[in-house]
Amino acid sequence: MSFVPGQPVTAVVQRIEIQKLQQGDNLILGFSIGGGIDQDPGQNPFSEDKTDKGIYVTRITPGGPADVAGLMMGDKIMQVNGWDMTMVTHDRARKRLTKKNEGVVRLLVTRKSLEEVVKQSMNKYPRQ
Amino acid sequence: DSTPERSRDHHKSRSKDSRSEKSVTINMPPAEPLLGDSAVRGEPVQDDNWGETTTAVTGTSEHSLSQEDIVRITKDLEDSVGLDCRRYLTLTLTVILGLLVFLTPLAFLVLPHLLWPEKLQGCGTACEGLFISVAFKLLILLLAIWALFFRPPRAGLPRVFVFRALLAVLVLLLVVSYWLFYGVRILDSQDENYQGIVQYAVSLVDALLFIHYLAIVLLELRQLQLCFSVCVTRSTDGETRHYNLGQLSIQRAALAILEHYYCDFPVHNPALLSASKSRAAKHLAGLKVYNVDGESGLAHSQSRAMIAAAARRRDSSHNELYYEEAEHERRVRKRKARLVVAVEEAFTHIKHMQEEEQKKAPGDVMDPREAAQAIFPSMARALQKYLRTTKQQHCHSMESIQQHLAFCITNSMTPKAFLESYLTPGPTLRYSRDHWLARQWTLISEASVTSGLKDGTVFLLKCVDFSLVVTSKKIPYIQLSEEYIDPKSHKFVLRLQSETSV
Repeated sequence: MSFVPGQPVTAVVQRIEIQKLQQGDNLILGFSIGGGIDQDPGQNPFSEDKTDKGIYVTRITPGGPADVAGLMMGDKIMQVNGWDMTMVTHDRARKRLTKKNEGVVRLLVTRKSLEEVVKQSMNKYPRQ
Repeated sequence: DSTPERSRDHHKSRSKDSRSEKSVTINMPPAEPLLGDSAVRGEPVQDDNWGETTTAVTGTSEHSLSQEDIVRITKDLEDSVGLDCRRYLTLTLTVILGLLVFLTPLAFLVLPHLLWPEKLQGCGTACEGLFISVAFKLLILLLAIWALFFRPPRAGLPRVFVFRALLAVLVLLLVVSYWLFYGVRILDSQDENYQGIVQYAVSLVDALLFIHYLAIVLLELRQLQLCFSVCVTRSTDGETRHYNLGQLSIQRAALAILEHYYCDFPVHNPALLSASKSRAAKHLAGLKVYNVDGESGLAHSQSRAMIAAAARRRDSSHNELYYEEAEHERRVRKRKARLVVAVEEAFTHIKHMQEEEQKKAPGDVMDPREAAQAIFPSMARALQKYLRTTKQQHCHSMESIQQHLAFCITNSMTPKAFLESYLTPGPTLRYSRDHWLARQWTLISEASVTSGLKDGTVFLLKCVDFSLVVTSKKIPYIQLSEEYIDPKSHKFVLRLQSETSV
């Protein structure tokens, strides 16, 4: 998941679709995010590379929409509804996720276990 | 209350003149006892019958000339005679050496002309130049020696200055060796080369100037660089000050410290110590040790038992101290308030007259002293009471108070400025000479007094009433290293880790 500056980022991602839940006046998704280009990347407990300034999922409300959709703690969010999340400030990430006129968010998330699964499957069936 | 005063006269021989300064000469305050008596004993109330029952000469009061004072005065006389002798001896030796040093080059130049004038070769402009240089160098040397060595001495020290003695010996050696060479090479052989002789004399003067330079470095410059921090504590009341000194011998350090003492330390007030002494006396007064088994003498175990018993005893002396101090504080503040009001009111009666007004109203114009005497009675009582409460009354005589008042009026000072010198105790120098209590100090030191100060040197400066304990600590060796920071390397990043729930 580390990136080389100047090169396009490649990652194995999972598509997760979350339906927003109406709670009172707000539409909530049921998870918390941390990170951003204006934050200190060294304090991120979930990132492999401590210079990674991406947006990470730090907490999932059990039983909430994100939990139901299969989002896991420690996931790095790469895209939200097509908007890039790898190089955004924390506030912009929050705004992208909490747009009032969107009822559904489609996230592209990556996690380490995904990479491993793909590697394992590649090893099982080596290229011919 | 004349009876107690008369009997007091018998006991105190010197108090007459002191009492005339301190006694109240005004009629207004009714039946107020004299300033300065009996407060040393700490009693707030005068006992009218004490004159009849007291028979001994009190050696502890400061206004009586007791046996201690007589001993002290004779000791002063004896020591001052001894010191003067030594001072004059040093002075004569220095003058002889100075004359020798000054006249030697002149002798070198003049002797050939006297002894073998016909054989001498004339020398032209080079010699004249050398003559001028000799003349000016000798003048500078004369002034420099006067500046460094012939100043009036500020103090008398117990031992001789080691460096000065060494320098004198060095100069003497130099001059003697020059004379030796002169005698052998020039006088005996009757050298005709006068220019060489003049150059010889010039070299002597140069060498003397260099020695003088060495003297400046050793005596003046070496002590300017700070090396030691000394802590000076007064043994009676614990007043402490810290001073920074350079590399000095113990006696010169003691001299520097004493000069600072007179300028910095608040004046020593023995009247303030009586309270703790009485408390200490009460601690041990209650217990007595009885020998049941018939052993004689106070064994070690017995004194230990006494200390243990005293510690276990539930005495309430701390209670007494607390309430006594609170009461005293309250009393002082009350008296101070009364004093401030009285002084402010007194000052309103006086106006500084301007020049133009002086010509208009010639009647009833007073000079500062008369003005002070005019307004003094209205504040005298409040001031007396305040001084007595703070136990300062022996430091200020009537005369000195009136003088100070005249001084303040002349310089248009406010009542607060006038009172400042009575509210806080000032340094010892501010008070009159007889309150300095001693100018004779004894240096008590385990190390030799001409040895230099070292880390952990301890010595005592004792005078008759108290002693100053001095400890020195060396300023540590500092290892300084350098680190270069590129100005462009100052970059910042936010250390936020906000977590937002969405």
